[in-house]
Amino acid sequence: MVTVVSGLINVLIIAIYATVAMMIGILFMGIGRKIVARVHNRVGPPIYQGFIDIAKLILKKTNITHGWIYDLALLFSITGIVLTILFLPIGGVKLLSTEGDAFLVLYLLAIPALGFALGAGASGNPNSAIGVMRALVMMLSYELPFVISMVALMIYYDTTSIAEIVASQYGKWAILIPPFAISAAVADMALQGMLMEAPFDIPIAPHEIASGPMAEFGGKHLGSLMIYKAGTIVAYTTLFVDLFLGGGVVMKGGIVADVVNFIVWFILIFLVFTLSLLINTSFPRFRIEQAFKFYWKYEAVLAIIALVWVYWMVIS
Amino acid sequence: MKYEEWSKISRIASKKSLWILHFCTGCGAIEMPPVMTSRFDMERFGMAPMATPRQADVLLITGYLTVKTLKRVIQVYEQMQDPKYVVAFGSCPINGGMYWDSYNTINQLDKYLPVDLYLAGCMPRPEGIINAMMELMEMIEKGEARGWEKYRKNYEKYKKNQEMAFKFGKVEE
Ligand code: SF4
Repeated sequence: MVTVVSGLINVLIIAIYATVAMMIGILFMGIGRKIVARVHNRVGPPIYQGFIDIAKLILKKTNITHGWIYDLALLFSITGIVLTILFLPIGGVKLLSTEGDAFLVLYLLAIPALGFALGAGASGNPNSAIGVMRALVMMLSYELPFVISMVALMIYYDTTSIAEIVASQYGKWAILIPPFAISAAVADMALQGMLMEAPFDIPIAPHEIASGPMAEFGGKHLGSLMIYKAGTIVAYTTLFVDLFLGGGVVMKGGIVADVVNFIVWFILIFLVFTLSLLINTSFPRFRIEQAFKFYWKYEAVLAIIALVWVYWMVIS
Repeated sequence: MKYEEWSKISRIASKKSLWILHFCTGCGAIEMPPVMTSRFDMERFGMAPMATPRQADVLLITGYLTVKTLKRVIQVYEQMQDPKYVVAFGSCPINGGMYWDSYNTINQLDKYLPVDLYLAGCMPRPEGIINAMMELMEMIEKGEARGWEKYRKNYEKYKKNQEMAFKFGKVEE
């Protein structure tokens, strides 16, 4: 009986956790549009615009579907992103993390993107096909430098668990150690690609391929897609903060410490997101082969330099 | 909750986030960039340009329509998801404007598609466009912008006019 109750409480906590994370993501989309508008010297929409947009899309009267793969693919990607968020320590609190979850998260990060690609492919629009192709090439390109940076962290802290990487950074963030400053810069550019912000917004390029994979989405489906997008913002920025900025952990023990850590985590992911938006507003778009070259030629080499440096630090 | 309240919520949400598909047919298209960018900034009302008809709520017909373009406009309109609104720009879609006796442009858009709001002027200034959009928002909140329902109800009539136009040019007069 007790186990059932505690299990139910766990499920409830996880549900609240995921909902709050999604809400934060939707809020960030509105804030992001506001920031971009301020950079353009405009007023911009109110910061709760994301909620209104999603409400409108969900309440649309007709929702054209393109078959059950198209419907289920969205569910697939939202589930994937929620699972990823649950595996990441937020403000030092870990819900589902286990030993070796760094690899698991890397694997999980690919699932939502594939689900998105599946849905776009099922819609049958040629622009979507081009967009999906580009998204897959992008995934291939940013993952190499990102994984090398992560391996450097794993070697230095001698663990494959993100929670432990976060715990070992208590008091001294990884980014303050010289080789990891390079890794962090590399990972930040990879983040730019993951969030599909310029100069790597190649897959969704609205002016070239009519927003690519999203071309055929409308009504409820587009609404779910926006929720998925909100989830990716939280997941990817949290991953970066966990890896390089100590996951926002500044205090230990007690409920007060948890609240403080949560606030610090919120501020940190907000800063990371703002940085990515500022890069987004200041650069035009790469072509796909330029992006590929950028990641594999420059980023990957930098990441390897950091890796060798870390290795040398560890063995000496 | 009652249906009335739900539809009210959906109308308010719809009003606060109008996504626009500007079908650039005639001269009016040139007035859209200033409306979108820093000077007039329509994003502060929650309006945003969209890339495809599936995502959009408002179809802007920016100027005269030739019979050939009309075909495409109708296709685009039918791809949009309900509730959807049509705003006709300039005097050309109202009564033909300065192309009223042209052999290949239609004179009254209302015969072929349900227009929710006309925006007079040859061509309307960006202030006029913003004003019209505010008007449309008010109409949506009051539940007066019902062009999409009209189109579903009177589909036969619209279809007949469209077929006629494709065959013989225009059906007015
Ligand atoms: S109303 Fe005037 S500006 Fe607009 S399309 Fe007609 S001629 Fe051009």
